[in-house]
Amino acid sequence: MALDLARWQFAVTTLYHFLFVPVTIGMAWFLVGMQTAWHRTRDEKWLRLTRFYGKLFLINFALGVVTGIVQEFQFGMNWSAYSRYVGDIFGAPLAIEGLAAFFIESTFLGLWIFGWDRLKPKVHLATIWLVAIGTTASAYFILAANSWMQHPVGYKLNPVKHRAELTSIGQVLTNNTLIRAFGHTIAAAVLTGAMLVLGVAAWHLRRGAAASLHRPVVVIALWATLVGGLATVLIGHAQGQLMTREQPMKMAAAEALYNTTSGARFSLFDLGPWQKYPNKSLVSIGIPHGLSILATNSWNGTVEGINDIQQQDVKKYGPGNYKPIVGVTYWTFRIMTGLGFLALLLAIIGLVLARKPGRLERSRRYLRFMVWMTGLPLLANLAGWIFTEMGRQPWIVQGLLLTKQAVSPSVGAWSVGLTLAGFTLLYGLLAAIEAALMIRTAKAGPDPEGTYDGALSDDPSTPARVPAMSY
Amino acid sequence: MTLLAASTHGYWNLQTLWFFLIVVLWIGYFVLEGFDFGVGVMLPFVGRNVQERGTLIRTIAPVWDGNEVWLLVAGGATFAAFPGWYATLFSGFYLALFLILVALIVRGVAIEYRNKQTDDEWRGRWDVALTISSALPPLLWGVALADVVHGVPIDKSGEFTGNLLDLLGPYALFGGLTALAVSAFYGALFLTLRTTGELEERARYAATRLALPAAALVLGFLVWTYANAASAHDKGLVPGVIPIAAMLLPFAAWGFVRARKDGWAFAATAASIALITLTLFLNLYPRVIVSSTNNAYSPTIFTTSSSHYTLTVMSIVALLFTPVVLLYQAWTYWVFRGRLGDENAAKSRSPMDMLERSPLGKGRPSPEG
Repeated sequence: MALDLARWQFAVTTLYHFLFVPVTIGMAWFLVGMQTAWHRTRDEKWLRLTRFYGKLFLINFALGVVTGIVQEFQFGMNWSAYSRYVGDIFGAPLAIEGLAAFFIESTFLGLWIFGWDRLKPKVHLATIWLVAIGTTASAYFILAANSWMQHPVGYKLNPVKHRAELTSIGQVLTNNTLIRAFGHTIAAAVLTGAMLVLGVAAWHLRRGAAASLHRPVVVIALWATLVGGLATVLIGHAQGQLMTREQPMKMAAAEALYNTTSGARFSLFDLGPWQKYPNKSLVSIGIPHGLSILATNSWNGTVEGINDIQQQDVKKYGPGNYKPIVGVTYWTFRIMTGLGFLALLLAIIGLVLARKPGRLERSRRYLRFMVWMTGLPLLANLAGWIFTEMGRQPWIVQGLLLTKQAVSPSVGAWSVGLTLAGFTLLYGLLAAIEAALMIRTAKAGPDPEGTYDGALSDDPSTPARVPAMSY
Repeated sequence: MTLLAASTHGYWNLQTLWFFLIVVLWIGYFVLEGFDFGVGVMLPFVGRNVQERGTLIRTIAPVWDGNEVWLLVAGGATFAAFPGWYATLFSGFYLALFLILVALIVRGVAIEYRNKQTDDEWRGRWDVALTISSALPPLLWGVALADVVHGVPIDKSGEFTGNLLDLLGPYALFGGLTALAVSAFYGALFLTLRTTGELEERARYAATRLALPAAALVLGFLVWTYANAASAHDKGLVPGVIPIAAMLLPFAAWGFVRARKDGWAFAATAASIALITLTLFLNLYPRVIVSSTNNAYSPTIFTTSSSHYTLTVMSIVALLFTPVVLLYQAWTYWVFRGRLGDENAAKSRSPMDMLERSPLGKGRPSPEG
């Protein structure tokens, strides 16, 4: 019971946290672009846009920060056995994340918000660059920790202390799973930030607000969606091929492939019996040879199936169930990839519309649809993480430690249940406040034209004549 | 037993280095967030209306997030260097940490969201939330740290076996009260340095009133700590210069604030917070948490530490990054050294409003018109 509640708590707190993280990373780079454009062109438009999207960024960032503290504490709180087992390896990237990334991110964000009229414009521009670099670096270190759980490298087992010990920090920080996961996550974050910016700009464009201001934003965001989406898909493909080798069970579970097959189909629709751990599909429609081509680059490549891997795992690790819940992995994988391709399609349509002058502004239905699609990447991101983490079950560290062995022995079900309820209520309340603020701020739009005319003086050593933000 | 562990291992080892690095991180956290919490606690006592409270919050708004990272790094460093310590402490102090987390979440959101809308009702509610959520962390950290030193039920395998009530003994509660009082005093002193006019005067008056109670509590808490150490544990607290200075400095701060030497009073209090923290951890060393079940069960830096390789890697990382962090955080305080006055409160109702009062906003024809 305590185990299930602890898992639910991890799911609720971590998925919630990850609503804000990709928006932060993606939008930070948008702000970098906009403020750099202002610095280069001295066109007031870019400053107004920086300030406007900066406000949205800050509303989102606040919740990312405060929910991040929970992330670092809950390993010790709910997963103390896990912490003892992996701390020698897992703790290092976490500590480095704080020391090398969080300090930069938070300190320079404070300088950015309040330093507009105190820092030289160049120094002030540097602060937003450092924020973006800090947030991106933090993703690298936390993914290093997570990738080690998917694909443990650079360690040895210490039988006396019953734990895994680090033998090479270099291997942990260059884990092939990490390199791909980082690329995939950052690309998805760019896509997420882009579609949020796109939705906001589309709303204003549709209402006939200054096209000279919002149209360039829509076009840039469309390109960012396209490039981010393409990179997400391509790197995701590389991840899939790696997963076929390193976590074959997860790959098989993503495709509901029960029996080892050469020339395996890429499933379009599968339906299994209503069981937690079925061993066959009842309905299976797919593209012949599709999975083999994607996973192994060959027409008749062999892809291992769930039932066969289960048998191998029993031989390797002893009796037990080594299958994840296929219903979850199969559908989350499809939601993630399906939404990813939808985003690409929408970006292409938008870019086609933008080719003729004035056509995008008149495409009212498309613009309205893009406002609704703001949440699309958020859903895809969540589905992706549910797939990644549920697909690894029953392991918490692939092949080394089972999730049921990882939970805190000294924490009772009541305690976990109480804190789960507490976090869920608090997070729900904050989500409502956050969403209301975001919508209100987004609707208010940028400051009027001329607000910051001549804010950047010719003397580069005088700070810009722009007040601090929102305080 | 624990003394034996220290004597067999000596002091020149990576475990001792990391123990004291983590002490430095906690000191950094308490010294920096201490005044953030204090400002939050003093909000209703120094600020009389929404605008004034806004000015007070503005003194910590640029820096609170950077200050809080000290906690994250302390937690991360404990995880990396002493996984066993991290596991026992965080799972053992489960509900206390949950309350701290809730308070830290509410506090962060309160600071960041209060000015996102301009109506007084919205701001007033966040101000109340900020005051409560600023009072809870120092109180609970005080309780937790006192418990770590005084002892909680821990079995042979290093697992916590008690419940929430075991964490709320008289000594621990006294520690919590002391931390809250010192934090409020410290926050008031911070405000005397960062505000002008009436706000500065009110902050100084509050500091004057808080100085003696805070100093008395520190004195009582450290004497009690000493009595505990001498009677209950195998290790006496050396009544050396560190705890004595920690006891006397708040009294010095009282004298300074009465003489309107706010900077000195602030520095004395900061030093006292650092030395109280150091005293507690020195009392703990080489244990990382005391077992009240049996002192021999107390996990130590040697039984909970990571491997030599990990500690070496982490030492190099710390050596590379810490000086840089200290430099740019110090620079932030330099950038935001200016005082904020009550006229600022009237001015900064909204960024637009501020702008209209600036030379930019005066008498310029509307570009739309």
